[in-house]
Amino acid sequence: MDILVWLIPISLFLGGLGLVAFIWTVRSDQYEDPDGSSQRILSDQWDDRPKP
Amino acid sequence: MADLTADIGAERGGMAACPACAVAPAAEDLAARAAQIEGATLALSLPGIHCAACIDTVERALSRAPGVREARVNLTLKRAQVKADPEVTAEDLVRVVEGVGYEAHELDPGTIAATATDRAGRALLMRLAVAGFASMNVMLLSVSVWSGAADATRDLFHWISAAITLPAIAFCAQPFFVSAFAALRVRRLNMDVPIALAIVLALVTSLWETSLSGEHAYFDAALTLTFFLLAGRYLDHRTRAAARSAAEELTALEVPRALVRRDGAEVQLPVAELRIGDLVVVRPGARMPVDGEIAEGASELDRALLTGETRPVPARPGQRVSAGEVNLTGPLVVRATAIGRDTSLARMADLVAIAESGRSRYTSLADRAAKLYAPGVHILSALSFLGWFLWSGDLRVALNIAAAVLIITCPCALGLAVPAVTTAASGRLFRRGMLVKHETALERLSEVDTVVFDKTGTLTSGKPQLVNLDDLPPGARGIALALASASAHPLSQALAAALAGETPVALEALRELPGYGTEALLEGHPVRLGRAEWLGATPGPGTATWLQTPEGLTEIRFADSLRPGAAEAVADLLAQGRRVALISGDAEGAVAALAARLGITDWQAGALPGDKAARIAALQEDGAKVLMVGDGLNDTAALSTAHVSISPASALDAARVASDIVLLGGDLSPIPGALRTSARATRRIRENFRIATFYNVIAVPLAVAGLCSPLIAALAMSASSITVSLNALRLR
Repeated sequence: MDILVWLIPISLFLGGLGLVAFIWTVRSDQYEDPDGSSQRILSDQWDDRPKP
Repeated sequence: MADLTADIGAERGGMAACPACAVAPAAEDLAARAAQIEGATLALSLPGIHCAACIDTVERALSRAPGVREARVNLTLKRAQVKADPEVTAEDLVRVVEGVGYEAHELDPGTIAATATDRAGRALLMRLAVAGFASMNVMLLSVSVWSGAADATRDLFHWISAAITLPAIAFCAQPFFVSAFAALRVRRLNMDVPIALAIVLALVTSLWETSLSGEHAYFDAALTLTFFLLAGRYLDHRTRAAARSAAEELTALEVPRALVRRDGAEVQLPVAELRIGDLVVVRPGARMPVDGEIAEGASELDRALLTGETRPVPARPGQRVSAGEVNLTGPLVVRATAIGRDTSLARMADLVAIAESGRSRYTSLADRAAKLYAPGVHILSALSFLGWFLWSGDLRVALNIAAAVLIITCPCALGLAVPAVTTAASGRLFRRGMLVKHETALERLSEVDTVVFDKTGTLTSGKPQLVNLDDLPPGARGIALALASASAHPLSQALAAALAGETPVALEALRELPGYGTEALLEGHPVRLGRAEWLGATPGPGTATWLQTPEGLTEIRFADSLRPGAAEAVADLLAQGRRVALISGDAEGAVAALAARLGITDWQAGALPGDKAARIAALQEDGAKVLMVGDGLNDTAALSTAHVSISPASALDAARVASDIVLLGGDLSPIPGALRTSARATRRIRENFRIATFYNVIAVPLAVAGLCSPLIAALAMSASSITVSLNALRLR
């Protein structure tokens, strides 16, 4: 049962990581344009170099 | 009612029901002005974009335009946000976008700013995410307890669950606590009271049990409950936010701006900055921004949106005009006598807001369920607490059982029952071009048995159509085409369109006399096209123009063309066995002809705005549930009196605000389908209530008998919520 001392914090940490990532995506307006985001990956405008 | 006033307050930026509503638009105004000083953010509507190439082309074109700092296209909203130097105007940008081949329209940034970020939706989403995260973790711990963890391990798991649950609930369940508290303060019960009580009681008993090393803790139940309920709230919010932003976009498309003559120069000004006594220039085709008196110019006015009349009214200097009328032929200069909220247009719109509307009288199915449910749940829970306390004398056992009863009966499925269905139904209607603005509109629509249509602008498109082409002698057709092409008057344009195949005759000295018609010389003889009085003819009953050629006079008659889908919609409604009526402010001849053409037997002509509302009120007094479809200012009172109302997107702002559903396309044919969809949606909602009750009937006796473990509570709750959601999805 000693393994629980490790497993529970690890599972909570990993879940929390997902939660923090989600909150970041909401805060940085990444759900404002779902249709546009799905289309923008097809754009070849910044294929050669990253957007400045 | 409060809803309606808030809508109007936000749109007009003025009168509102509460101080906060009155301040909010003013604050937005200030923010918009501050933005203008720093450099403007402009918004364009781009109805034609649909793919990655479109986004690229438009963004590249816009960012290359002079003065533009940043351009970003939003494909979901079909909109572009442009940050630019203050001197860049939206017209320049529209030209740039049209230059690369896409349709673009200016949007009023003041109206759009309110919908740019949806703060309430974001807060709900955040709470939903936290509740989901916490409930998954706690469920994981609970599963190990259920599968046999005992003694110290079980206590540890319970304590960890408590450590996760308490802060998570404090953050996530706030909306329920706030709403329940607000209801209790005015001594009423709403659905949130049993929810809040169940959550609090579950936490208290679970903490108590945990501290005594007890076997049962309901931390997972409290969290799952919050998660499912928040999911329902979020769905509900998103459906309405989408409809609201689309409705606001329609308003934002009409940028309130006027051309004003000040100090000898003509300047473009926002309508809000006009003053009484200003000379406002109204070009042909434009709408009057103010009430006033014509100072210069002669023209004809289209008053259809205000009165329903199709026949244009002549306009001369000295004549009074009201805001909302459309100038047809010549440029007019109007001296403003009333502006902004004092115009007769705004005053009438305010009257509508004050009038009691159909929607405020309606109690939604969810509210009716809550009224039955909330007291029942409390009584049941209190009785089981009392019963167990008297029988066993053990406060801990009694409290545990009371909590279990509350958790089991908690309206988790009920919270999802309505939003899941309305989301599915509204989405379905939106794809067919209908915007459901009000939350109970679908339920009310399903009860409709009588449909009342307005004529001008609703059943007809407001565009005239040539009727008697055969009466026009072949020799006169070329002359008529040449004369008609010289004018922007709707009748001339309709004539020119009907004669498009002919060759125009060469005319000399062609000129338009605004308010009368066009005249020219054909080999020295005068030829004219215009009003009957001007040509010395006797005007007939319908809409007509007269052509004078050397051979004589010909009457050219027009009928208002039907809106696409109008005939199908009326036929379908009649086939569904609903009563269809036509009430119009137009003259008797035109209304009778249209009614005969569509097969409507119940019609009324020459109705004043008050008559329309009174007729609908009389119908409803007799027990009919009336759906009103109308577009003009003369319809707004009727729209808000009716049980439920629909207006086309081309309708006046005030009419769109007054109605529950907006038709986005020009087509009327989705209306019968919407009635069918709403009937199905209401049936699903009722089924969902039954499903939720069924689970309770099974689980509540178990809970009262003290046999309900946290595992059974979790199973019952999840199973009923999922069944309800799946049932809602069957609507597709």
